[in-house]
Amino acid sequence: MTPQRIAQIEHDQGLDRPLPQQFVVYAENTLTGRFGISFVTNESVTTVIARAIWPTVLLVGSATLISTFFGLWAGIKGAWGRGSLFDTTSLFGSLVLYSAPEGWLGMILLIIFVGTFHWFPAGQMSSNTGQTGIANVLDILSHLFLPCMTLVLGYIGEYTIIMRSSLLEVMGEDFVMTARAKGVPDRLVRRSHAVPNALLPTLTLVFYSFGFILGGSVIVEAVFSWPGLGLLTYRAIQDLDYNVIQAVFLLFSLAVIAFNLAADITYGYLDPRVREA
Amino acid sequence: MQTLDPTPSEPPVLVGEPANLVPPKSPRRIGWARRRRALSAFWKTYRRSRMGMVGLVMMILFILLAVVGPFFVPAKDVSVAFATGKPFQPPTVHWLLGTDNFGRSVLSLIVVGSRISLIVGFAATVVTMVLGAGIGIASGFYGGKTDTLLNALTNWFLVIPWIALAIVMASILGPTLLNIILIIGITSWAGTARLVRAQALTVKERPYVERARALGGGDLHTIAHHILPNVMPVIFANTVLTVALSILAETTLSLLGLGDPNSISWGGIINEAFQAGALSAGYWWWIIPPGVMIVLVVLAFTMCGYALDEIINPRLRAR
Repeated sequence: MTPQRIAQIEHDQGLDRPLPQQFVVYAENTLTGRFGISFVTNESVTTVIARAIWPTVLLVGSATLISTFFGLWAGIKGAWGRGSLFDTTSLFGSLVLYSAPEGWLGMILLIIFVGTFHWFPAGQMSSNTGQTGIANVLDILSHLFLPCMTLVLGYIGEYTIIMRSSLLEVMGEDFVMTARAKGVPDRLVRRSHAVPNALLPTLTLVFYSFGFILGGSVIVEAVFSWPGLGLLTYRAIQDLDYNVIQAVFLLFSLAVIAFNLAADITYGYLDPRVREA
Repeated sequence: MQTLDPTPSEPPVLVGEPANLVPPKSPRRIGWARRRRALSAFWKTYRRSRMGMVGLVMMILFILLAVVGPFFVPAKDVSVAFATGKPFQPPTVHWLLGTDNFGRSVLSLIVVGSRISLIVGFAATVVTMVLGAGIGIASGFYGGKTDTLLNALTNWFLVIPWIALAIVMASILGPTLLNIILIIGITSWAGTARLVRAQALTVKERPYVERARALGGGDLHTIAHHILPNVMPVIFANTVLTVALSILAETTLSLLGLGDPNSISWGGIINEAFQAGALSAGYWWWIIPPGVMIVLVVLAFTMCGYALDEIINPRLRAR
């Protein structure tokens, strides 16, 4: 590469200008939605991200729904039978899962279900055999299963622990005792008196932890070559593709802020005490 | 700090009480006796928590491993150039956990790696705690404009997803051990700061703080002798949980290829195995053991942290 060519590229990228000016240009470009080009593929960053966004929504969305559902279920069942075999097992299991790094969990699943049993494909999002319709959906689902399970295992423990302690707190409240005293059956006390009140703080925390599940997806996507934002980030780190890293950073932060806002609004909508305050 | 201390160095003479009935004690000794009593009462409560005791024993074992273990591993065992084994050897009696791509014993790597993993965990926790406690106390104690500013900063750091910030910082600063420690500290102090601020806000309204101020205690004296000791229990439980989170954070960064390539950590071993294609080749002994170590050490600190939290946190104790 000739010195003229290097100077030309530096000029095109704006790298020959003083740093403060570069920052102003960056801020202006960001606010007007221009994120530059990827140093690796030479495509615009917007195109690269638009292509990667849906696989991540699919993976993170399905993992969040499944882990929330089963986490809440295990937390409720555990707290209601505090000290039972189910409670001790699920609490200990939750702590172990909470302590395991997601990427490593994914590798374990790969070793067991792909390396040993050959039940699932090893990675990516489809077999690229050009099938359509139902066959295509099934193909994507079989690729989705392991990365989704990894994220579910990684976060279900946290949700179980949160739900359990939240319900335990509510179970000590006076209105639960009142319900019992007036003879409401155990099942109904749980369903209509205790759980709805314990669900509120838990759901907020689930919303708040969205940032972590998004972070976890970076590694899991890298392990399973799932073609989403996480894999894009992973590759961009290896190739020092700064424009892509910056844009993904911005997108992740915006997503988390949006989810926190959604949590606050939902909370106000569901709990009249917060609305009045 | 000592010159600001308004407590008299001699015990006050109580008028009207017969002398020599109560043996004179210096305030320092009274203070230490009180601390000893509090500590033994705390230990009695802690000992009853089975989770806490199991966690504590595991934690001590891991710290022993990290301090003593590496001395028993000859440097050539973990050197890329002088390792004696054949590459990719599955576990045998001689190589208990097999070998890696350079023929190094995975067991030796794990023993040596324990030190880096724990050092990063503890050092990042120190950074987190100094930042979190400092900013939290300053925010809660001074109030007003300082509080508004520091609280905004805390909230900003709370909302930014840590992994995104860590990735950006690590790829710009470069992967050295010190940078990794700083990055983990800088991305995780906000939660601590919020906790400490809330505690500092309630402590500063207590009468003994007013008394200290009335006797002429300055800001630094009040913070060091009255606010800090009463915020300490909250910081303590949080510290133990933060060590666990920092070790996990180091693993995550290593798995992303942002770890220090010149030092051996558990996350780094897993990453090297992953990069070398150990997954498709089925070298499970290279991937599973370091991960199990991470799970166990994080579990140990988490169990201790939860047990401490249950004793110290007044909201949980009430139950």
